[in-house]
Amino acid sequence: MSVVAVLGKFWQEYTKNTPKKLKIIDAYLFYIFLTGVTQFVYCCLVGTFPFNSFLSGFISCVSCFVLGVCLRLQVNPQNKSQFHGISPERGFADFIFAHIILHIVVMNFIG
Amino acid sequence: MLPSKANAPHAKKVLFPDKQPTNSRQVKSSTLTNAAGLSSLITFTVLLLAWISGFASRLFAVIRFESIIHEFDPWFNYRATAYMVQHGFYNFLNWFDERAWYPLGRIVGGTVYPGLMITSGSIHHILHSLNIPVHIRDICVFLAPVFSGLTAISTYFLTKELWSAGAGLFAACFIAIVPGYISRSVAGSYDNEGIAIFALQFTYYLWVKSVKTGSIFWAVLTALSYFYMVSAWGGYVFIINLIPLHVFALLVMNRYSNRLFTSYTTFYILGLLLSMQIPFVGFQPIRTSEHMAAGGVFGLLIFVAVFRYLRTMLTKSEMKYFGGFVTLTAAALLLILVILTYSGLVAPWSGRFYSLWDTGYAKIHIPIIASVSEHQPTTWFSFFFDLHILVTTFPVGLWYCIKHINDERVFVVLYAISAVYFAGVMVRLMLTLTPVVCMLAGVAFSGLLELFLKEEDKDGSDREGGEGSEEESEEETERSSRRALYDEAGKLRRMKHERPKGSGDGLGANLRNGVVIGISMLLMMFTVHCTWVTSNAYSSPSIVLASYSNDGGRSILDDFREAYYWLAQNTPNDARVMSWWDYGYQIAGMANRTTLVDNNTWNNSHIALVGKAMSSNESAAYDIMTSLDVDYVLVIFGGMIGYSGDDINKFLWMVRIAEGEHPQDIRESDYFTERGEFRVDSEGSPTLLNSLMYKLSYYRFGEVKIDYRSPAGFDRTRNAEIGNKNFQLTYLDEAYTTEHWLVRIYRVKKPEEFNRPRIPIAERTINRRTSSFLSKKTARRKKGLIKGRPTVVKGQKPQKKSTT
Repeated sequence: MSVVAVLGKFWQEYTKNTPKKLKIIDAYLFYIFLTGVTQFVYCCLVGTFPFNSFLSGFISCVSCFVLGVCLRLQVNPQNKSQFHGISPERGFADFIFAHIILHIVVMNFIG
Repeated sequence: MLPSKANAPHAKKVLFPDKQPTNSRQVKSSTLTNAAGLSSLITFTVLLLAWISGFASRLFAVIRFESIIHEFDPWFNYRATAYMVQHGFYNFLNWFDERAWYPLGRIVGGTVYPGLMITSGSIHHILHSLNIPVHIRDICVFLAPVFSGLTAISTYFLTKELWSAGAGLFAACFIAIVPGYISRSVAGSYDNEGIAIFALQFTYYLWVKSVKTGSIFWAVLTALSYFYMVSAWGGYVFIINLIPLHVFALLVMNRYSNRLFTSYTTFYILGLLLSMQIPFVGFQPIRTSEHMAAGGVFGLLIFVAVFRYLRTMLTKSEMKYFGGFVTLTAAALLLILVILTYSGLVAPWSGRFYSLWDTGYAKIHIPIIASVSEHQPTTWFSFFFDLHILVTTFPVGLWYCIKHINDERVFVVLYAISAVYFAGVMVRLMLTLTPVVCMLAGVAFSGLLELFLKEEDKDGSDREGGEGSEEESEEETERSSRRALYDEAGKLRRMKHERPKGSGDGLGANLRNGVVIGISMLLMMFTVHCTWVTSNAYSSPSIVLASYSNDGGRSILDDFREAYYWLAQNTPNDARVMSWWDYGYQIAGMANRTTLVDNNTWNNSHIALVGKAMSSNESAAYDIMTSLDVDYVLVIFGGMIGYSGDDINKFLWMVRIAEGEHPQDIRESDYFTERGEFRVDSEGSPTLLNSLMYKLSYYRFGEVKIDYRSPAGFDRTRNAEIGNKNFQLTYLDEAYTTEHWLVRIYRVKKPEEFNRPRIPIAERTINRRTSSFLSKKTARRKKGLIKGRPTVVKGQKPQKKSTT
């Protein structure tokens, strides 16, 4: 069995078993991931001169990604038993709250 | 006796709580049905009392002396706070202090943890906007006692999350009065630790809460609380290493859960970003090794999460491909980190942290760290002194936690073990051990009492309330310190209260009562010990000293402030004062004069230069002093009154620090006698007897006779007659010596004052005019004089004869 076959099977499983809501979140995560990669490549090519600006951009990407993953975990019906008392709505509200804090700080840091 | 009088307000406050528990017990008997309301009432009361008694027992220093800032570092914090209140926050952040570290200056805004100043500054602002005119000094003095109450409350919440509410109440009461924490938070000790322990406990509480629930909300709050901690104290590094350690331990124990993932990743990434907002911390969180562990665990956790996600999708054989991939990536990351460390992008462990692992490191490489007494290794004695019975009961609590382990108890176990290690390395870090000891001792006591009071509860719903009231009466026993009478009464009352319930079950009422009495005795002794330690060891401001005479009378030695006030009044505004670095903050804070070195020991070579000046002879020292533009030299001398913390006793550290930077000029061995002793009497080494510090300390001391039996010039601190008595100072001039000779200030002479060539008296020629006439006209007496003028006496005829 080759890597390609494994990946193909993974893709099949994914498209079959994942609810639509989670797919939307995954698309969002993929977009964030691309943004982060772009920033990283840019910093490798051009340099990190305003270091705080680079850091705040990059960390904001990472944290958006991480928060998105957290939201995905909390919303996923399979994990319902692990998160007592956190409904998807509550999870989304927490997500928004974390983003407000995050972006206030990022705006302060970006200079 | 004065002390008892000073205790009176304390005792009053302590006795006052006695009433409320009785009330609540009466309430209990009447409304036994409403257990939830009752237990919350009891919780509230106990926490309130813990706050009050914690606050009250920290007031010894204010009652005995006055509302004054203590010691050394608090003076800087106070000065910075006053500056911030006066000039506003942004000016404070941009403050360049040209009065410190002359001629370098200090960028205060960028080299300080601003949390403390902002906290007290905002309290000041709020009170003033409510038209309550409180002076900023009073806020600074009382900040730490007020925060100790908040610490007690957050300890309660943390212990409640870890074990039970009863253990939480115990822990809250312990932390309110335990000496290990009081030592850094008495009224007037306005230092970072006072608020940082609160931030520490609160962050841990929120962290445990977020691990339990897995909620992003709690994790964000953890990050915010962590931000407050970063802004308040350098000890935040403890948090950012302990929490990843917890996560790592959970991973190793195969206790990974999605809750762990959400809470840690959210906390880490937000905490990272927030901690970089403090100017003093800057980019350190991504550049230094101390913070790398957290990042590594972050990466590891993401890996594990991805891995587990894939496992839900694929079969085991398919996973093999990814297994190799993961190992490769991890190895590559580690390699990158090592390369970055070597290439200098990531700073290796700083000296201060390195000395935590290798306890001998500081002594060899960084004498300035080793010279601070609070960086010494802890003795067994001080463990008992600071924690008393808690130090013996806390392993019991630890055992309970290990026995009934779960996710959050792993945390407290790790916390306990690491804190014990660090407290063993440095006296100062006793402070981080104290909260966890209180928590675990609370667990232990609560477990014991639960065992011995269990059978008496008939139904389960009442149990919690009963337990609460038990603790609460313990609490009450604890409170009524050194009041044997009240204690006796309290205990008797309780016994009566218990007996009807506890009769007729397996354990035997006598045994149970015996154990309960034993425990309450222990707690009583603990309280007495705490009060005693607080009043005797931790409540002196060390700026104002008190001495007790044989008849119990107390005299106040206010020499420090006398000297600083003299400096403030009698020297030019830009005068530069040289002293050892311990006194830098005090001179800046109280005398408002420029200092060369101070307690923020960031520049070792500058300190070494001052040390060199102090330890070389007068003429060599004069060269250094002129090159540093010194106007005044201040030394602390305790030989007159027997004060042991003076500069001669610190002198060897000055020599060592100077030797570290100038090994060709200063050698430590020169200051010892041939037999390797450090003596100030006539057998002491000549280098010591001629050093500047020796001369400044003992100048004219040879003329002083303290009492009849001892010879002149008898040093009471070192119990020796000084060796070098009758000397003159060439380059300095005694400017001021305080009442008890504790502080001596010298003026450095200008070159024209002493550089005249000395001529023997026989060869001196004095230019005189040849005529013998001396005019008596001076600038003041301009009136002329007539020679042979008749003296006129009123009412008498002038006698002609005498005038001829």
